[in-house]
Amino acid sequence: MEKTPTRPKILVFSTDKISDPGIDQAGLRKIHYSPAVYVISLPCSSGIKPRWILHALKHGFDGVFIAADGHECSYSPRCPELTNRIIEESQQMMKENNINPKRIRMAAICSVCAEPFANHMNNFTKILAELE
Amino acid sequence: MEEKQKKERIGVYICHCGGNISDYVDVAQIRDLAKNEEGVIISKNVMFACADSNQKEMIRDIEDEKLDAIVVASCSPKLHLHTFRNVALRGGINPYNYTQVNIREQCSWAHSDTPGEASIKAAGLIRAGIKKVSFSEALENIEVSSTRAVVIIGAGVSGMRAAIDLAKMGNQVYLIEKEKAIGGNVAKWKELFITGQKGNTIIEALSKQIRELTNITLFTGATIEKVTGSIGNFIAEVNIGDEKLNLKSGAILVTTGFDSYLPTEGEFGYKNNPAVITLPEFKGLIDNSHETLLYNNRKVNSIAYIYCVGMRQTKGENKYCSRVCCTTAIQSSLTVHEKFKDIQAYHLYRDIRTYGKQEILYERSSKNGDIYLKFDEKAPPVVEPIGNKLLVKVKDELTKRRELELETDLVVLVTGLVPRSDSKQISALLKIPVGNDGFFNEIHPKLRPVETVINGVFIGGSCQGPKNISESVQSSLSAAVKINALTKNPTIFLEPIVARINFDACVWCGKCAEVCEYDAIHPLEMYGKTVASVNEAVCKGCGMCAPVCPADAIDMAQYSNNEIEGMIDGFMEKVELVAEAGDKLQDGGEEGIAMKDMPLIWRQLAGCLQGDSKSIPDLAKELGLDSELVTYNLMTMNKYSLVEADKLDDSDEYFSYKLKNIPHVQN
Repeated sequence: MEKTPTRPKILVFSTDKISDPGIDQAGLRKIHYSPAVYVISLPCSSGIKPRWILHALKHGFDGVFIAADGHECSYSPRCPELTNRIIEESQQMMKENNINPKRIRMAAICSVCAEPFANHMNNFTKILAELE
Repeated sequence: MEEKQKKERIGVYICHCGGNISDYVDVAQIRDLAKNEEGVIISKNVMFACADSNQKEMIRDIEDEKLDAIVVASCSPKLHLHTFRNVALRGGINPYNYTQVNIREQCSWAHSDTPGEASIKAAGLIRAGIKKVSFSEALENIEVSSTRAVVIIGAGVSGMRAAIDLAKMGNQVYLIEKEKAIGGNVAKWKELFITGQKGNTIIEALSKQIRELTNITLFTGATIEKVTGSIGNFIAEVNIGDEKLNLKSGAILVTTGFDSYLPTEGEFGYKNNPAVITLPEFKGLIDNSHETLLYNNRKVNSIAYIYCVGMRQTKGENKYCSRVCCTTAIQSSLTVHEKFKDIQAYHLYRDIRTYGKQEILYERSSKNGDIYLKFDEKAPPVVEPIGNKLLVKVKDELTKRRELELETDLVVLVTGLVPRSDSKQISALLKIPVGNDGFFNEIHPKLRPVETVINGVFIGGSCQGPKNISESVQSSLSAAVKINALTKNPTIFLEPIVARINFDACVWCGKCAEVCEYDAIHPLEMYGKTVASVNEAVCKGCGMCAPVCPADAIDMAQYSNNEIEGMIDGFMEKVELVAEAGDKLQDGGEEGIAMKDMPLIWRQLAGCLQGDSKSIPDLAKELGLDSELVTYNLMTMNKYSLVEADKLDDSDEYFSYKLKNIPHVQN
């Protein structure tokens, strides 16, 4: 097996109806991104608890990425607002724990956003590598 | 939340997916790693986890090994989540004690460029899956009783047509119309394209059928004041004049239709100049004129149609195309030529979208001598009064943007469809989401086009977005069938993914109820204090309420703190993989497959092929299996060089197969 390079580990929270299919499509089309990206899917990004984000960052993840539905969310038009609030709260908790707030990022990933997802992962990987 | 009993007898199945996974991920090593995880009793590699033979083997394992949870690491849950939930159920364990791990779309395929790291990631993903399943709870589908009745809001062509079918299928239908007359927009229209029928003829025919069906109750001049309840048992409070009625129904169909776009004052001279009118106004004018087309008592000799008014605005509010306006404008122009003589028509368009059969109209219009001039959105035509007439200046895109000046008697603004002005009220009543365009939103535009996120509330026709009559009726009829599939059962089963309250921790601050879009959370007196309680039939399981709880007293079923944080821990544990073993698998994979790991059907086929080559029909007969199943399995066995084609059988129709790389067969 090839020597494993050290890559920043990214935890992605995605949504099972919209951003998951986008991420799956990146795989289907063999659009590559860092293999240190791990995805947990949930019904909606507005259901992410800040404590999970903190748990991930405290237990070895270098960054957390929220692949949100944005305005496409079928649950509520308030989804972007509520998700933003979760990020703000998480960043507050991160600050208290001396974690750089740049370690959390969010973007809307649609059900066909294969390339944008891979690009986000590559960019975030780069950003996190520079934070080391 | 109370500490749950962790699962102790977990079965893990890691799929090769015929090489799609095993060509990049070292499935054999990962299987061995998974075996060491806490609670794991069985860890197996399978060629195709979804194959019928493997499903049967899993069921046997569940029974023989008394498994209490299963993990399948294969493709995306989009494909086989329900397949394996069913396997769990058939084996006698709760379908929610099953976790699907996506090691194909999100691992072997995505990281086919780095197989070593893909293997490490797959190991992490599987471990997370094992942790998640070990904290999983058995969940029972929520059962609700259902009323065999449907409320349809809006008696236009869509609502009327759906009402007839729903009634014929045995539902009591309450058809509610705000106006005094039924038929909506279609009732106002004359000849319709393709059939040449008049709009009101169609409406009259539908109306006659509705009158004949005793299980349709039509309310006109009626408005919905309030909707309570949930799928299976909605109660709609309807106002009819002074009377108030409570209608009980199992489902609600919204077919409220559209409004026509009304140009703002001064938009292409609208309202400032009386000879600038909208397309619906123009249609009225055609219908009411005979022999000569008169407008304000003056004969109309030339007409300029300006397309896409209020539509397709890159910077404005309505970004969408209204689909029907090009066809309507061109058909109106054709009607003008048929009805009145010597009228010159200029069509100032951005793009012509007479899709499908409607293209015939465009062709006919061009042959009639209508002049089509293409303008750019950034340089729209300018309308100015000139004496009794109008001067329309347009920069023609197809002649290098040369400015042309057209003197016309009438300017028709080809306006499109916008959401009804009362759609916000309807949306608030039923809590159905509206899109950016203001029309009602379906769950999925392609795969679930008539359902909304509110269980039991469906949408049909142009309240969902611009549609012509055929498209409107198609969607409302499809909603009718979906509704009947729901209401025909006296009991409805709902997914148990809902919010759960930890009553010990809850102190009722009301924040959860505040963010809930569905009004699913209400205060409840319990154990001498006020706590939040969730109406499971209304909760959509979005999880929005969980992060806002200051006491962290809300967990979503299947997404509890234990499950999510367990997954995170599972991803993070260090994975040590031995080199080489994985690489062998990458060229064909035959090295890695031990006979005992093969699906039962392969072993049976190999057993039959001992010594002699046999054809597919013979094998199917011998094993009592479907010949397609035999073909499918032989093909994959062939890919793994376990069998090979030998010769054609006596009938010259089928190839015989013989064993290739199987040294001996265990029974």
